Amino acid sequence: MQDLTRISSAETATAQDGAAILDVRDLRTYFYTDEGVVRAVDGISYSVPPGETLGIVGESGSGKTVAALSLMRLIDDPARIVGGEINFDGRDVVKLSDEELRKIRGGGIAMVFQDPMTSLNPVLNIARQLVETMVVHGRLTEEQALERAIKLLGRMGITAPERAVDSYPHQFSGGMRQRVMLAMGFSNEPQLLIADEPTTALDVTIQAQILELIVELNRDFKTAIVLISHNLGVIASVCSRVVVMYAGEIVEEGPTEKILADPRHPYTWALINAVPRIDRHVPGQRRLVTIDGTPPDPLNMPAGCRFAARCPFRIEKCEQHPELLEIAPGRKSRCWVTQAGGDLPPPETSRGAPAEAKARPDVHHGSETVIKRGERMLELRNVVKHFPLPKTTLFGKQKWVHAINGVSLDIAQGETVGLVGESGCGKSTLARVIARIHEPTAGSVLFHGQDIAHASQAQVRPLRRRMQMVFQDPYASLNPRMTVGDILGEPLRFHEVTHNEKETRERIAELLDVVGLPQKAAARYPHEFSGGQRQRISIARALSVRPDFIIADEPISALDVNIQAQIINLMIDLQERFGLTYLFIAHDLAVVRHISDRVVVLYLGSVMEIAPADTLFAEPLHPYTRYLISAVPIPDATVEAARQRLPLQGEPPSTVDPPSGCPFRTRCPIAQGICAEVMPPVAEVRPNHFVACHFPGQF
Amino acid sequence: MPRYIVSRLGLAVVMAILATLVIFLIANTVPGDPALSQLGDLAASNPEFLKAFRAKWALDEPLWTRYFIFLKELAHGDLGISIASQRPVLDDIKNYAPATIELATVGFLLSAIIGVPLGVIAAVRRDSWIDHVARFLSLIGVSSPTFWLAFIVLAIFYGELQIAPGPGRLDPIAFAPTNVTGLFLIDSILAGDWDTFRDALAHLILPSTVLAAATLGLITRTTRASVLECMHQDYVRVARAKGLTEGKIVMRHILPNALIPVVTLGGLAYANLLAGAVMTETIFSWPGLGRYTFRSAAALDFPAIMGITLVVAVTYLIINLLVDISYALLDPRVIR
Ligand SMILES: Nc1ncnc2c1ncn2[C@@H]1O[C@H](COP(=O)(O)OP(=O)(O)O)[C@@H](O)[C@H]1O
Ligand code: SF4
Ligand code: SF4
Ligand SMILES: [Mg+2]
Repeated sequence: MQDLTRISSAETATAQDGAAILDVRDLRTYFYTDEGVVRAVDGISYSVPPGETLGIVGESGSGKTVAALSLMRLIDDPARIVGGEINFDGRDVVKLSDEELRKIRGGGIAMVFQDPMTSLNPVLNIARQLVETMVVHGRLTEEQALERAIKLLGRMGITAPERAVDSYPHQFSGGMRQRVMLAMGFSNEPQLLIADEPTTALDVTIQAQILELIVELNRDFKTAIVLISHNLGVIASVCSRVVVMYAGEIVEEGPTEKILADPRHPYTWALINAVPRIDRHVPGQRRLVTIDGTPPDPLNMPAGCRFAARCPFRIEKCEQHPELLEIAPGRKSRCWVTQAGGDLPPPETSRGAPAEAKARPDVHHGSETVIKRGERMLELRNVVKHFPLPKTTLFGKQKWVHAINGVSLDIAQGETVGLVGESGCGKSTLARVIARIHEPTAGSVLFHGQDIAHASQAQVRPLRRRMQMVFQDPYASLNPRMTVGDILGEPLRFHEVTHNEKETRERIAELLDVVGLPQKAAARYPHEFSGGQRQRISIARALSVRPDFIIADEPISALDVNIQAQIINLMIDLQERFGLTYLFIAHDLAVVRHISDRVVVLYLGSVMEIAPADTLFAEPLHPYTRYLISAVPIPDATVEAARQRLPLQGEPPSTVDPPSGCPFRTRCPIAQGICAEVMPPVAEVRPNHFVACHFPGQF
Repeated sequence: MPRYIVSRLGLAVVMAILATLVIFLIANTVPGDPALSQLGDLAASNPEFLKAFRAKWALDEPLWTRYFIFLKELAHGDLGISIASQRPVLDDIKNYAPATIELATVGFLLSAIIGVPLGVIAAVRRDSWIDHVARFLSLIGVSSPTFWLAFIVLAIFYGELQIAPGPGRLDPIAFAPTNVTGLFLIDSILAGDWDTFRDALAHLILPSTVLAAATLGLITRTTRASVLECMHQDYVRVARAKGLTEGKIVMRHILPNALIPVVTLGGLAYANLLAGAVMTETIFSWPGLGRYTFRSAAALDFPAIMGITLVVAVTYLIINLLVDISYALLDPRVIR
C-alpha cells in the first residue's frame, strides 16, 4: 500500500532478511541504591528480526520497563547498564557516543509509554510535539513535518487532524493521546517500536482500538514491535513470539501460541492459570489456581532457581541456578524439570471444553441460584446523581455532570452482582451513592427496606455497619500512620462491636486469620505490606463490623494477576463462609464473569443490560455489551487469530451534554430514528434478562 | 483568551471596589470625629475649614451616601489633602511613586534575570559547584536583614572602595531630567541626556541590589525546585526518547512548565518590593513611597495613609491580573 504517511517510498526494513534488527546479549542493568544493589535486569538475551512482533510479559517489578528503557539508555541515575550488549542495526547502543545515541532515539528506535496522560507535555500543542520529533532528525523541514504530522494523526484514527494538531494534550482523552504517542513513535519510520504497557491505562474498548492499530502499523510500516504487557491476552492478540520475565531474568521464550497452549516454565504456567477466561466458564469451578508467596527480594536474590520459593514443581536440583536452554525447536526455558523433559499439567482453564459449558448454562448460575437467593437486600429506584461543574467565568451558566441518570437495580441476599462499563460511566459514583458517601440527586435507595437516599448521617450510621466498601487503591485507603491493629480496631470500637480491649484484640486476631495474614501483622504499618496484602487488610477492615453487604470498587485492578487470583479466591471463600452479598465493580470482564451471579452493564450513567453472568456473556442482547465482550483480548493465540473482532469506534460522549434518547446511539451501528427521540426502557426481554434497547439482539 | 481576560478584569474591578469600601469604612468608623482625624488638629481648629469639610463630604448624611460621594471624588482623583504637607494626597503620591517604581522594577528585573537562569542551572547541574554557589547566595539573600545588607554595601562600595555613588537618586549637584514619566532612566533617555542616565543607573545599583537580594534567593530556590520536579516528568523522558538535545529539552519542555509556580512567586515578590521598600529607601535617602508611608504613619497623616493603602491595593490587583494573564500564556489548561 502506497501510504501518504510514508516519508520515502523505499522499504524501511533495510536489514538483510534473517539478521536481527535488535540483538540483546546478556544485558544487565543494576540500581545502586542506599540499601544495596538491585539487579533489576540480570543478564537477558533476546533478538528481534526485522518486522517481528515480540511480547515481553511478567509481573510488576520483574524488570520489563527497565529492560526496555535500557535499550535506548533512558535509565536515570541510580541505575546503570553494567554489562552486556545491545546490538541495534549492527552497532552496540551501550558504547555509542551521546551524539550517535540521539540519532537512534526517536529515529531508529521509538518508544510509547504506559501512561498517555503524562507522556505529552501539557503546555505545548500537539503540532509542536510531533513536528520537533521529525525535525530533530533532520529529514524534514518544519512545514513538511507539519503536513506529515496531520497525515499521521489521520492515519492513527484521529478525526479532523488539521484541527487536532492545534489542540493541547488536556483537550484529548487517554485513547487519543495514545494515538498521538503512536503517531510520534511512527513519525520517523523507526525500525523498532517499543511499547511499554501502551494500553494498561485505557478501557478495553479503547485498548482494542489501539492494539488493532499497532498490528496494522506493524504490517504497513514493517516496523518491528516489542510489546510489553502484564496481560497475556494483549500479547496474544499482537505478538508472534513472547519472552517471559521473572525477577530480572528471562525464564521462558518461544512462539506465543505454543507458550500459551503448553507453557514449559512453572511461572508461565502459573500466570496462565491465574487469569479467568472470558470465553469459557467452567461451571462449579470458582477458585482460581494460584501460587503462594511473592517474587524474591531483589536486594537478596536466591542462589538457586529464583522461582523456587513459589514453585509447585520444585525438586532438589532447584537449589542450583538453571540456565535458559533450548528445550524444543524455537523454545527455551529456565527450569530443571522441563529441561529434563518433564511435563507440567495442562492449564486448568483449557480443561472444561467451552461447548460443554455452554450446554449446561444453568448448573451454577441458572434458576437454581435464583431460587437459592434470599430476600431483597438493596433496591435502587431511578437513582440520579448530577454534580455541578465549577464555573469557568463569573457569570457563566451552571453546567452539570450527568454521572447517574435513573438507575434501578435490585440486589438479593447472598448474590454477587458485577458492575461493568468504560471508565467515567458512573460505576464509582453509583457505588458511592449506595454507600451514601454521595447523596443522590433523585430516586430512592432502599437498604434492608429502609430508604437511605436522603437519610441523615445519624440515621445511616447503624446501617453502615452492615454495608462496607473496599477500594481499588488499598494504600490510599489505609491510614499510613496507624498500625494494622489500630486500623482494624477503629471500626470495632466506633460501631461498638466489641466492648473491651480484650474482645477487640481477639476480634483483630480472628480477622487477620480470616484474610490469611500472620498475627504479627497487627503491630506493623501499611507500607510494610505488598499490594495484595494491603488489599487483604482492607478486606479485613470491611469485615470487622460483620457486614452482610460489601461494595468492592475495582478491588483487584491495581494488582498482578496471581495476586488478583488470590484476592478473588479469598472473596469467594469469605462469601461462602459468611453469606456475604457483593457488588463487584471491575473493568476486567473476564474476572467479572468469573465471580458474578448477575452482571449489570452501565453506559453514561444508565443501565444497558442486566442478566445472569453466563447468559450475558454467551448471548449479549445489547449492542454495547457485544462490543465490550468482543474487545477483551483472549490469552489463546489460536482463539485470537480465529476471532472476528467487533471494533467499537469512538469514545463515550460527554457526561455534561449527554445525547438525547438512547445514550449509546452516537456509537451504535443499528441506531434508528426512534433511538434519538425515545430513551429505551430497561425491559425484561427474556426471563431475568433486562435490556435497554429498542432493537434487542438485532445486532 | 479574550473571554478569560475580560472575566479576570471584571474580577479585579470588583475587588478594587471592595477595597475602596473597606478603606472608606475604616476611615469612617474610627472612633471620634472623622473631620478631626482627616483634617488634623490645626485645620480643624479653624471653624470655616471645618464647615466646608463637613459640607463637602456630607458628614451629616448616612454612611452609604457618604460612600458614593467618596467614590465620586475618587473618580476625579481626589484623595483628600495631606495633613503633613497640606497638598493633595494624589500629588504627593505622583511625586513619590516613580522613584519607588523605578527602584522596585530594577530590583525585580535583577532578581528575575539572575535568579531564573541560576535556578535552572543549579537544577540541571545538581550537586555541582554552581549548585552549591547558588544555594549559598540564596541563603545569604534570604537570611540577611535588609538594613544590615544596606549598611554593609554602602560601607564597602561607597565608603571603602568608593566605586559606587552615595545615597539619593542622582548626584547632589545634578539636575533631574525633564519630568515625563518620573522614572529617571526613561526620562533621561527621552531627553537624550546620557550623563544623567549613567548617573541615575549608577545610583540605582546598590539599593536595587539590596532590594533584589531576598527576592533573588526566593526565585532561585523556587526555580530550582520546580525544574527538578519537572525533570522527572514522563514527558521529559518522552522528549529524550525522541532524540532531542539536552538544551532543547530544558528550554522547550522543562522550562515552560517549571516557570508556572515561579510566576506566582514573582508577582507576589514584585508587589512586595513596590509596597515594602521602607528600609532600603530610608537608608539610601530614596525619595519614594516607602519613605512617604513611613512619614505619614509617624505623623498620623490619615488622608495620606488612606491614599497609600488604596494605591497599594490597586497595585496588588494589577499585578495579580498580570500574573493570571501570564498563567494563561504559559499553561493552556488555565483557559478551558
Ligand atoms: N465529585 C465529583 N465532582 C464532579 N464530577 C464527578 C465527581 N465524581 C465523579 N464525577 C464524574 O462523574 C462521572 C462518573 O465517574 P465515576 O463514577 O468515577 O466513573 P467510573 O467509576 O466508571 O470510572 C465522570 O464523568 C466523573 O468525572
Ligand atoms: S527450576 Fe525448579 S524451582 Fe525453578 S521453576 Fe523449574 S521446577 Fe520450579
Ligand atoms: S436503542 Fe437504538 S441506539 Fe440504543 S442501543 Fe438500541 S439500537 Fe442502538
Ligand atoms: Mg472508578
